[in-house]
Amino acid sequence: MTDILNALVLLANFVLVPGLTYGSQLALGALGVTMIYAVLRFSNFGHGETMSFGAMITILTTWWLQEKGITFGVLPTALLALPVGIIATVVMCLLFDRVVYRYYRREKANPVTYLIVSVGILFILSGLVRFIIGPQDRVFADGERFIMKARAFKQMTGLDQGLAIKTTQGVTVVTAIVIVALIFWFLNRTRTGKSMRAYSDNEDLALLSGINPAKVVAITWVITGALAAIAGTLYGLDKGYKPFTYLGLVLPIFASAIVGGVGNPLGAIAGGFVVAFSELLLTFAYKRVIAYLTPGDWIPEGLVQLLSTDYKLAVSFVILVIVLLVKPTGIFSGKTL
Amino acid sequence: MSTNLRNILLFTIMGALLVAVGVIQSANVALAILNLCLISAIMTLGVNIQWGYAGLFNAGVMGFAALGGLAAVLVSFPPVPEAWAVGGSRAMLGAVTGALSIVLAILAFKMIPGGRRLRGWAAAAVALSGVVLMRFILDPAVEAIEAVEPARTGFLGGLGLPIVFSWIAGGAFAALAAWGIGKIALGLRSDYLAIATLGISEIIVYFLKNEDWLARGVKNVNGLPRPVPYEIELQKTLWVQELAAKLDFNVIELSSIIVKLSYAGLFIVVLAIVFWLSERALKSPWGRMMRAIRDNEIAASAMGKDVTWRHLQVFVLGSAVIGLAGAMLTTLDGIFTPASYQPLRFTFLIWVMVIVGGSGNNLGSILGGFAIWFFWIEAEPIGLAVIELLTSGMGEDHALRLHLIENAAHTRLATMGVVLLMVLRFSPRGLIPERGK
Amino acid sequence: MSFLQGGGLYGGYGGADILHGCSIGVDKGEVAVVVGPNGAGKSTAMRALFGLLDLREGSVVLDEKDISRLPPQERVTLGMSFVPQNANVFTSMTVEENLEMGAFVRQDDFRPTMDQVFSLFPVLGQKRSQPAGELSGGQRQQVAVGRALMTQPSVLMLDEPTAGVSPIVMDELFDRVIEIAKTGIAILMVEQNARQALEIADRGFVLVQGQNRYTDTGQALLADPEVRRSFLGG
Ligand SMILES: Nc1ncnc2c1ncn2[C@@H]1O[C@H](COP(=O)(O)OP(=O)(O)O)[C@@H](O)[C@H]1O
Ligand SMILES: [Mg+2]
Repeated sequence: MTDILNALVLLANFVLVPGLTYGSQLALGALGVTMIYAVLRFSNFGHGETMSFGAMITILTTWWLQEKGITFGVLPTALLALPVGIIATVVMCLLFDRVVYRYYRREKANPVTYLIVSVGILFILSGLVRFIIGPQDRVFADGERFIMKARAFKQMTGLDQGLAIKTTQGVTVVTAIVIVALIFWFLNRTRTGKSMRAYSDNEDLALLSGINPAKVVAITWVITGALAAIAGTLYGLDKGYKPFTYLGLVLPIFASAIVGGVGNPLGAIAGGFVVAFSELLLTFAYKRVIAYLTPGDWIPEGLVQLLSTDYKLAVSFVILVIVLLVKPTGIFSGKTL
Repeated sequence: MSTNLRNILLFTIMGALLVAVGVIQSANVALAILNLCLISAIMTLGVNIQWGYAGLFNAGVMGFAALGGLAAVLVSFPPVPEAWAVGGSRAMLGAVTGALSIVLAILAFKMIPGGRRLRGWAAAAVALSGVVLMRFILDPAVEAIEAVEPARTGFLGGLGLPIVFSWIAGGAFAALAAWGIGKIALGLRSDYLAIATLGISEIIVYFLKNEDWLARGVKNVNGLPRPVPYEIELQKTLWVQELAAKLDFNVIELSSIIVKLSYAGLFIVVLAIVFWLSERALKSPWGRMMRAIRDNEIAASAMGKDVTWRHLQVFVLGSAVIGLAGAMLTTLDGIFTPASYQPLRFTFLIWVMVIVGGSGNNLGSILGGFAIWFFWIEAEPIGLAVIELLTSGMGEDHALRLHLIENAAHTRLATMGVVLLMVLRFSPRGLIPERGK
Repeated sequence: MSFLQGGGLYGGYGGADILHGCSIGVDKGEVAVVVGPNGAGKSTAMRALFGLLDLREGSVVLDEKDISRLPPQERVTLGMSFVPQNANVFTSMTVEENLEMGAFVRQDDFRPTMDQVFSLFPVLGQKRSQPAGELSGGQRQQVAVGRALMTQPSVLMLDEPTAGVSPIVMDELFDRVIEIAKTGIAILMVEQNARQALEIADRGFVLVQGQNRYTDTGQALLADPEVRRSFLGG
């Protein structure tokens, strides 16, 4: 019995908790990509850098708060600074929409043109971020480090295996749940949210119904900017902030959005967790779990690992490619919110 | 006539800029930039064949360039006999098993009767068991190979042939990969094709980073043989010493200039050949048909043109050119660093070159490759100078001034973005627009 | 001058003109029907009236006000409503949400109007929480018309509302159209089923190559042997 519990705790510690955390981060990122796709109908390659920008503003604000001696008790101060990051990112998104994207909307440009434009914005943002905060790693999580320490868990349960939950992991999952609930409430219960869905479903008919496209587009950028700032900050809190990692996040995020069915918010969330758990389950070494679950003292010889951990990120690329090739519409096929 | 004049003027300005760098900074710096300009131009020609001729968005440039780099290692590096002895045959057997299982999986998908879903699962089962078998054969070999002098080799090495051959091999590697990728991905919508090719090329780079037995992974392979003489050798020769004396030049600097000039000579020959072939292709009936398909795919396929097959051709050709350029780049560097194949530098920057130069125009691609590479390198000193000028009012050790100066290098990223957006907005056809459109 | 009147319309989709000076109008409480061969520009004319097309020449007048330059959204607020030929419902949204979107420009309580729509099309009331994309063709057309009615328009424009529905559903829809007209709404309708449509039409327009070929009352057009031979199949 304790063996089974030990095996479960082992899996929880190395797969469940990190998977929920990473999945939440991907889901929030994918939600942003999917929003843009559903309303503006292009794949935004600049989304990773937008996340990076939001995280950077949050970090700068966090430093400023810490200098003033303001902290958030056991929770990371970054949560107090996050609203500033959100506002700055939203303003930045609206600005880019006004000076860059709006022109192409009026031209009725094709999706590839938009894509190339978003690459231009990717360059600008990545330069801007590195110019302002520099290319170095930044750890900005403060407050209590753990919600649950492995040792405490062992003492509490008397098991051999410990379960550690970092504060940043808890914060990530809770924030993600709150944000996702808010988004769904907005889209399904409010007039403005419904008008966004209507626009995404049928642009011409939305126009005929008197829905103002300019307003829908602006709200989309507001939501996307906010989501990006939150996702970027949570990722940075959890894994440490490095400007260059955010470009690498774009593909796993696209993978999440596409797996679920790009344009579909529910799909984006499901996709985030599919990608996160696939990465972990495929690269987890099952050796000790099997040792617990098999009777006697037998221990498997190898690590019993499907893929080496070096290939962790590659898993998301493989998922991405397979889904694109086999079912490009994704699990919850749909192009609309 | 006036367009010709304009083009001549543009290239003259480009040449003058390089000369200016030669005068202001040094001839060595200017030649180093020139060599990478030449390679960039070839890579840009490759992307232009795909995007400019056929409208295919290939975001996997970095993967094809990396395959070219791999070719440079596998062709030129001397074989490592110890590694071959401990695991060579087994590794080959493993590789063959892997290849066979892919072939069998495809055959299973094509031959087994039944629905698409059933055949899909059957193919997946075949592929998976093939992979397991391959790992079973390969893993011990890999372990043995990687244990051979890991600090110096730890891989099978290459064929030990002159590195110039790798330029052809690099093209062939990339073409082969492009054929496979094109087969599966070319039916996708334009933006999905971009995402898919980016994903696949990330997988390629991941593979190269992690399969140490093949090309040492992130430990890099350095000391690749050169197609041109070494500086040390040159410095010892009489004619170089005499020339240095006559020109009143430092011998060390002169030798390095001679090396760079030799590279430039080789690269110019390749660029000229690729350019000539590209122009021939563009003006041939094949090229006209490509553009017709690009401009109206539906009409073209209604007229009985096999669009998918044409796209595959153009995708393979363009990728081969990128692979060729990738091999040349690794040759010039003398070192293969899989971790350096970043999308920003190898996919998106090349795209900026194509678009700024003028999609669909080969001369434009060359100019774009030159101009963008030039500013990619020179944006740093220029940015630094601008910042120093702007902050000259502040005290020498003002914190903001120091911070700005320290991070000045990153302005080049933002500059590229601004240039790309400006061109897209105000001159979407680029510096040298496509002809006859 | 009718309540809604487009006169001397010229324009197209950027290339050559599709409309070559056609004039179409309808008065309150009337049903006006536009018929004509495929590609005659009937849909284009409707779009032009609604401001979805840049007019090169000609004017659109609503209630004696020139609205030729107003964007579509503002025509909605002035009381015009349009059911396009294709993609005329929000497929991913429920019936009720479709109607709600129809009422988007309204600030007052639109519940009573929604109830009116449900009493006009009872089946929509039963399926109010189903996505419109899951409904049958006829039910979708009802959703489309219902959505257009939600603004309480003074002019309702329908582009082939009976396309792809069975004859029984078509009769049913025409009955509803008459019913709506009786409430004092002006109805302008493009129809493929020319004979049945002209039966209920107060006014008929036969459009060919972007020009009016015949303009008369519905009955007169049905009686005209020329029209019967060329456009009503004998
Ligand atoms: N969106 C469009 N862009 C360009 N041409 C169009 C478009 N829609 C219709 N047309 C052209 O306009 C002409 C009239 O079409 P339409 O008004 O739809 O005819 P009808 O409704 O009478 O069948 C046709 O020749 C058609 O090809
Ligand atoms: Mg029509």
